[in-house]
Amino acid sequence: MSTVEEPVSARPPTAGEYAANGAFRWSCYGFGALVVVLLAYIVLEIFRLGWPAMQERGLAFVVGTVWDPNRNEFGILPEIWGTLYSSLLGILIGSVLGVAVAIFLAEGFVAAGVFWVLSRFGLQYTRLWSHFPEQVETFVKTLIQLLAAIPSVVYGLWGIFVVIPAIRPMCNWIHEGLSGIPFFSTALSGPGILPAAIVLAIMVLPIITSISYEALVAVPPKIREASFGLGATRWETILGVLLPTAAPGIFGAILLAFGRALGETMALAMLVGNSNTLSLSLFSPANTIAALLANNFGEAGDREVSLLMYAALVLLIITLVVNILGSLVLQKLVVKEGKR
Amino acid sequence: MATAPPPDAGQVPDPFEGIDLADLEKSLFRPRNLFGGILTTLMFVFTIVALYPLFSVLMTVIVRGGREISMALFTELPPAAFEEGGGIGNAIVGTLIMVGLASLISVPVGIFAGIFLAEVGPESRLATFVRFSAKVLTGFPSVLAGVFAYGAVVLLTGGFSAVAGAIALSILIIPMVLLTSEEAIRMVPSRMREAAIGMGCTQAQVVRSVLLPTAFPGILTGIMLAVARAAGETAPLLFTALFSNNFVGYTSLLPVVVALVAMCVLMAMSALLPWQPRLRMLLNLGVVAAAVAGAYFFVAAFEFMEPTASLAVLIYNFSASPFENQVRMAWAAALVLVVVVLITNVVAQGLSPKQVRR
Repeated sequence: MSTVEEPVSARPPTAGEYAANGAFRWSCYGFGALVVVLLAYIVLEIFRLGWPAMQERGLAFVVGTVWDPNRNEFGILPEIWGTLYSSLLGILIGSVLGVAVAIFLAEGFVAAGVFWVLSRFGLQYTRLWSHFPEQVETFVKTLIQLLAAIPSVVYGLWGIFVVIPAIRPMCNWIHEGLSGIPFFSTALSGPGILPAAIVLAIMVLPIITSISYEALVAVPPKIREASFGLGATRWETILGVLLPTAAPGIFGAILLAFGRALGETMALAMLVGNSNTLSLSLFSPANTIAALLANNFGEAGDREVSLLMYAALVLLIITLVVNILGSLVLQKLVVKEGKR
Repeated sequence: MATAPPPDAGQVPDPFEGIDLADLEKSLFRPRNLFGGILTTLMFVFTIVALYPLFSVLMTVIVRGGREISMALFTELPPAAFEEGGGIGNAIVGTLIMVGLASLISVPVGIFAGIFLAEVGPESRLATFVRFSAKVLTGFPSVLAGVFAYGAVVLLTGGFSAVAGAIALSILIIPMVLLTSEEAIRMVPSRMREAAIGMGCTQAQVVRSVLLPTAFPGILTGIMLAVARAAGETAPLLFTALFSNNFVGYTSLLPVVVALVAMCVLMAMSALLPWQPRLRMLLNLGVVAAAVAGAYFFVAAFEFMEPTASLAVLIYNFSASPFENQVRMAWAAALVLVVVVLITNVVAQGLSPKQVRR
């Protein structure tokens, strides 16, 4: 590798080097163990601080619907509902868009489209333009990754000042026309489930796209070619062969994105409305566990801290279950691919 | 085909006998082609829809934040309700300090644990647990990192502080650095390792002189992405560092932080060039600089035990403000944050080793 350096003759390590090696190995083990200890410590710490509230309230806290410090009544059912509802909606929108973009990129539609446009001008093989299709494709992939880079608090700000004003007239129009349907039973007065879900969808889209893309690209070419050979069109191949083959990977992607959406805090705290309501309506303000924590922790007293820790524990359990399921699905997939 | 057939063509059976060639042509009027055409159009529309928010966010941030760019923005304190002017200087300093502190805590842990997973004990039982923990921590809700730091640091030390914020952020950085450095070290061709072992290197020497320099661009990409993500995190800071409306006496630290950032940029630049020896020199220089900065941070730790402002929390606090001038500051802060984060991301992706084509 480094031919520039002066040649050194080979020799066995000195005693000092052995000692340094031992120390190095031990510190590697130590730092590895530290990560495990850290996770255990985090879980235990949240558990320890939530324990008094758990003992005092028990399951009533999880199924209660009122959060009223004056009446000493606390329940986080609306928050759990809001967390699940907004995440599911976000995932629904995000996975439709995300998988579509993944297909679009994995099947080379972008490059093919650019090539087609270039060929209209007869430029497709000239020196200056011949790499243009791949470059555009890479560019689109980078753009999708950049969606994930924007901080969630900026998405929240954008949601407040751009998304909500943009969708409000349409939502209220739908509400007036279809107020009989529970999904549209309230007007969108400002923050609400739908704007939160839209922003969530944008935030989870890059995860879904990148993992689904990997899954689609990993489909063995011979399967695809066999399908083409049997006379299937491109879309019949995609829908009938590629998507079913890549389905476990896409499912894992959606589960992981779901875990991310459940734990997402800032965009929701800014957009969901922080109102303790339990409603099916897409336009109603609601609350999520993460947003509850974000909004109440700063000025909480001892008793409230314990309650919030209990809520944090509930969130921790929900996200852990979803995340572990997601990684298990993906891991199984990797093992299967290894065997092939 | 266009020329006239030779006279003896009649003896060769026509392969297209009885087949209507026009029937085989691709036509949009056939249902299956029409179906494909519609889906292609739909996919195209979906991709545009998916990318639209990126442009919309960038445009809004640039237009609304761009108006506020001035010298005062970077040096002055946030404005009170009806005050004219003002800036986000303390938030920029606070973010730099907390992110710097968090990187100092988490990057060594992440890299060492990554080396452990890739090289020292990849098959050991501990490695299984470490990998599992890292995976769990990557999907960890950031607000819970804040909750943990609140319980473990704020309650313990008796107050909101930059240190608590940095610890919360480092929980988010560690797993990302860990997993990317493992990946990067694994990508080093094994013949290079084996050559070094054959020369009589101990494992520590293999790691220091072969694996780390070779995997350096990949590791750096991971660090930059993780740090950029941490810079934009709000939830872990809300109840660990809280917010503060003044510079908390450590403006003198700014040069150190700037030097540290410059060092990182320098290292990033050097990684783009294929000069291995110089790269290794810069690697060592970077380690020394980080050590100096780290020592300084620890000496000055008492200065960090106060609530600290950060860009992300400023955006959150001012976004709900009824006062126009504070909302404008939120946009300006969003612009600064987005520019820094996006530049870091683009540079990091440029650094990352080219992916192997399947």
